[in-house]
Amino acid sequence: MGGAKGEKPKLILENGLRHDGRRPDELRPIKMQVGVLKNANGSAYVEFGKTRVIAAVYGPREAQPKHIAIPYRAVLRCRYHMAPFSTDDRKSPAPTRREIELSKVIREALEPVVLTEMFPRAAIDVFIEVISADGGTRTTSLTAASLALADAGIPMRDLVAAVAVGKVDGVLVLDIDQVEDNFGEADMPVAAAPALGEITLLQLNGVLTREEFEEALDLALKGIEQIYRMQKETLKRKYLEVEVEV
Amino acid sequence: MPGTVKVGQRELVAPGDLIAEGDFKILSPSTIYKVGRKYYSAVVGLVQYDESSNTLKIIPLEGYYYPQPEDIVVGVIRSVGLTSWEVDIRAPFPGILYASDFLGRPINPAREELTDYLDVGDVIVAKIEVFDRTRDPLLSTKGKGLGKVTKGAIVEINPAKVPRVIGKKGSMQSTLENETGCKLVVGRNGRIVIDCPNRDLKDILVLAIRKIEREAHIPGLTDRIKEFIAKEKVRRGLIGGRS
Repeated sequence: MGGAKGEKPKLILENGLRHDGRRPDELRPIKMQVGVLKNANGSAYVEFGKTRVIAAVYGPREAQPKHIAIPYRAVLRCRYHMAPFSTDDRKSPAPTRREIELSKVIREALEPVVLTEMFPRAAIDVFIEVISADGGTRTTSLTAASLALADAGIPMRDLVAAVAVGKVDGVLVLDIDQVEDNFGEADMPVAAAPALGEITLLQLNGVLTREEFEEALDLALKGIEQIYRMQKETLKRKYLEVEVEV
Repeated sequence: MPGTVKVGQRELVAPGDLIAEGDFKILSPSTIYKVGRKYYSAVVGLVQYDESSNTLKIIPLEGYYYPQPEDIVVGVIRSVGLTSWEVDIRAPFPGILYASDFLGRPINPAREELTDYLDVGDVIVAKIEVFDRTRDPLLSTKGKGLGKVTKGAIVEINPAKVPRVIGKKGSMQSTLENETGCKLVVGRNGRIVIDCPNRDLKDILVLAIRKIEREAHIPGLTDRIKEFIAKEKVRRGLIGGRS
């Protein structure tokens, strides 16, 4: 969020590492947990470095107001929202143009995997709250939203995992953070459903050559593969960790 | 051999996991989907397969309630119409209960008010009479044990765990009833009406149901529940024993 402020820092150091010490193809430290909210049907918390997101899923439930119901499938509703304290300067809690657009983009990235045709006239609500923003909030949000949907028991063709690739100081890097986004030359968020072999979100901000684009996409898919594996482990861990009390 | 199963019996799977390849009969159509000859899981659940009959099944561990005809559900009246009630049955659809069905006679809306019989917030035990995806589920209260609930308490659990509270051929439910002396009506929609002789037994029963919900996927549940209830009884001084 926000434009480039202040001096441009060195994004790629002499030893080839990034400003925070990561290799170009390295993800930030990731934490995932499901079932974090008691009153939601499904929920998830995902952390990519300093980007932290909570997602909650309600439904399938009756569509309210009734006129939004679709006779042959469920409507998927998505709200992406950034908490006022998530950014350096306080963000007004009112939904911005950017948040409304991201809500739509996230919804469209989830729709291909959710089996909405099983619930005619119903609604599935996804609420995403960014607690702390440090770049890559849309990809973190998507990763959390798909975990929350699975945690709610909603039938899905596959999980969606997402990560952004950027170009900073002429180098393609995986999972860019805020500084790299602000001072980099390009930012490309990608979301995919690996088992289906489908890309559900692809955006590109900035300029990449054709070769760079292909390389960036490969890099993103490799990152997605890692995130996807973590998602599955997280979902299963919830049950494997239940202790039998006698 | 018409196909191969890629996972173990009772293995935990997540959405997108490949389960089998080939030709199988799917016993749980809402939790498995098929692409070409490959079968994938659509939910977090436990796989069950039978090679002799070539059947696949995934038991979901999380879920929602999806109405099926003949299900017994516990509903709460949400709104009252002229000739019917709208009932919350924890499904994506509202249940409809016609006054003529509930009262067993035709009703004249000009003469009587439905609120005299059931009002908003009242609890009923009903059966799903008819349901398909084109229309909202139609409820009926004709039958033994169905109708308005006048006493007891309600416990809500995850609808995916209902089969474990009932148990194989009702074994878990009868264990709970025998050990605590309470009466249970288990609705498929995850609402349980409990009617207990006293407060202590009610508390024990609620704790036992919560324990079932939490440990539903770990084998040996019935024995653990029996032991749990016995321990709680001793702790509360309901039966003798070391404490």
